[in-house]
Amino acid sequence: MTTKPGEYKGTGDYIASADLQNIVNVAVALGRPLLIKGEPGTGKTLLAKSIADSLGLQLIIWNIKSTTKAQEGLYVYDTVQRLYDSQFGGCDVADIKQYIKLGKLGEAFAADKPVVLLIDEIDKADLEFPNDLLWELDIMNFYIPETKETIAAQNRPIVIITSNAEKELPDAFLRRCIFHYIEFPDKAMMRQIIAVHHPDLDQILLGQALEMFYTLRALNDLQKRPSTSELLDWVQALALGGVKPDKIATAIPLLGVLIKKDQDFATVLDQLHQKGSGDKAPTPYGVHNR
Amino acid sequence: MFIDFYYRLKQEGVPVSLTEWMTLMDALARGFAFSSLSAFYFLARAILVKSETNFDRYDLVFSRYFKGIETPEDILAAALAWLKSEKPLPAAPPTPAALLAQYNVEELRKLLAERIEEQKKEAVKEKRGGPFWIGTGGTSPFGESGSGGGVRLGGESNSMSAVKVAAERRYLDLRDDSITGVRQFEMALRALRQLSTKNEAPMDELDLDGTIDATSRKAGMLNIVWKRPRRNRMKVILLMDTSGSMLKFAQISRRLFTAVNRTTHFKDLRFYYFYNCVYDRVYANANHTQPVNTEHLFKTLNPEYRLIITGDATMNEHELLRPGGTISWNENNELSGLDWLKRLAKMYPHAAWLNPVPAANWTHYETIPPIREVFPMFELTPAGLEKAIQKLKTR
Repeated sequence: MTTKPGEYKGTGDYIASADLQNIVNVAVALGRPLLIKGEPGTGKTLLAKSIADSLGLQLIIWNIKSTTKAQEGLYVYDTVQRLYDSQFGGCDVADIKQYIKLGKLGEAFAADKPVVLLIDEIDKADLEFPNDLLWELDIMNFYIPETKETIAAQNRPIVIITSNAEKELPDAFLRRCIFHYIEFPDKAMMRQIIAVHHPDLDQILLGQALEMFYTLRALNDLQKRPSTSELLDWVQALALGGVKPDKIATAIPLLGVLIKKDQDFATVLDQLHQKGSGDKAPTPYGVHNR
Repeated sequence: MFIDFYYRLKQEGVPVSLTEWMTLMDALARGFAFSSLSAFYFLARAILVKSETNFDRYDLVFSRYFKGIETPEDILAAALAWLKSEKPLPAAPPTPAALLAQYNVEELRKLLAERIEEQKKEAVKEKRGGPFWIGTGGTSPFGESGSGGGVRLGGESNSMSAVKVAAERRYLDLRDDSITGVRQFEMALRALRQLSTKNEAPMDELDLDGTIDATSRKAGMLNIVWKRPRRNRMKVILLMDTSGSMLKFAQISRRLFTAVNRTTHFKDLRFYYFYNCVYDRVYANANHTQPVNTEHLFKTLNPEYRLIITGDATMNEHELLRPGGTISWNENNELSGLDWLKRLAKMYPHAAWLNPVPAANWTHYETIPPIREVFPMFELTPAGLEKAIQKLKTR
């Protein structure tokens, strides 16, 4: 809380919409965690990196897995090592401090400069996980009973939290956050994004590819719709493979880069090529193959 | 009068708390809305609304509440351009947030309202002679268009006014009570879990306290103790109606089916199908070629199973109420369909009926009310499934 970070304006390699930029600045100024949701591949995780780059701060990433406990973000007390040492010697067992390892949140608090802390995919963890962090994120310190130490943040870290909406987050947690939903980019925005990654792309090829991409995304019943990162790979593959732009509309070359599931393949071919020609009556239920 | 917006949001079903409202006031006091309705739209949404499923409700309330006081963004830009061409503005610094801290919300609102009025007049009669609002132009919380970060009046990407954006209702698809995708069902199903107790699972987790205790008892000889982790032991039967009247709900039924099928955290999951109503037999496949005696279910699947039935519960009255009412050719039921349903409900006390027919129409069908007396009935939507799951978890 001693040094004030500047204003976030997006970075060269990350296109942030004006409202997103403003929301980031609001969250920073109010000292609230910023919760980012959105379809996979809309750049939720990259946002944190962009913020860190733009403000010139260090980025600490805490990847959440289904087994992650809130406590691990604060610190871990390596009791097994201590037990081991007590038996086989080596270290001074009385010095508990050496068995306390700060977690990512602890690291962010202990840093002497403000940092950007990314809590990635918070919804992967147990349902109670966000609630367990409430207090620490609110008052920005925690107590280690083993060493009777309090780790307090010297500078309030900028906390970015991403969620894929796999689980509902608890209300108490949501109340404290600023929320932003990253929408899937429209064509114009997508052009900008692609230009950042592949500046030398043939415009006609790009136009055709985008056309097909958005057609694919609009199809019903796709289990996994292609996302931005897949489109980026696809246009690169198209350019490298020297595919003629007019081929894209008719044959969809390298479809495997966009569509990753067998069923979706079938759906795409079905809906694009047999449109209107003798539709079979759809069966109401899928085949049960458990 | 502004607080009304808060209550309207609550009325529409957006869960807004006072904490969030105060945060918004704080943000407004610091000038983050830049006195622009578009910026206010995004700011208030980010602070007040915490799920994209509520964006549509927010849009509804916003467009109703702020209707008529739309920011004439292009008019402002045009007026500014006109003024600039006439008499260059003194080099106005980008408006820093700090400058805005002096305004409180009421003042800002009043200012905004006044400013809009003036601009309206300005647009009508494009008259020369400095209108007073230039005078404060350099330090006005309106900022000048295009400089600095954030949403400003007349910013290039916001050619539409906030009210128009809101009225567009772009987030309609994300509402949790509309039928959108498998994923939302999956999310609802995740809530259906029941953790195992200590004596069921294998012992494969390190019991730290136990280890310390056992080690101490052996005077420091390391003695590792294991314990049982807690696992989900929820068991589920999904019973689906595949009769002709369900065909029009095929898509949503299939989505629920896919979602349940993909859910991996159940200990056991059984699918059965029925035609119109449950009688002596249910079927193990959707084509009704593998009959299973309903009695057999009672014997093999204990009451711990959660029963989810999907069906429109609409049929001819006698198909439900009379013995022999089944419409299948080669079958004859001695108990009426309703009696079978009652037996099912008695056997599986944790049960819920999901009906794709919208709840508002339930009273229009003769057979829905009697079935609702037997099974708690919910709409087959993500929101309905969520309620059903709450019901299944408790009793």
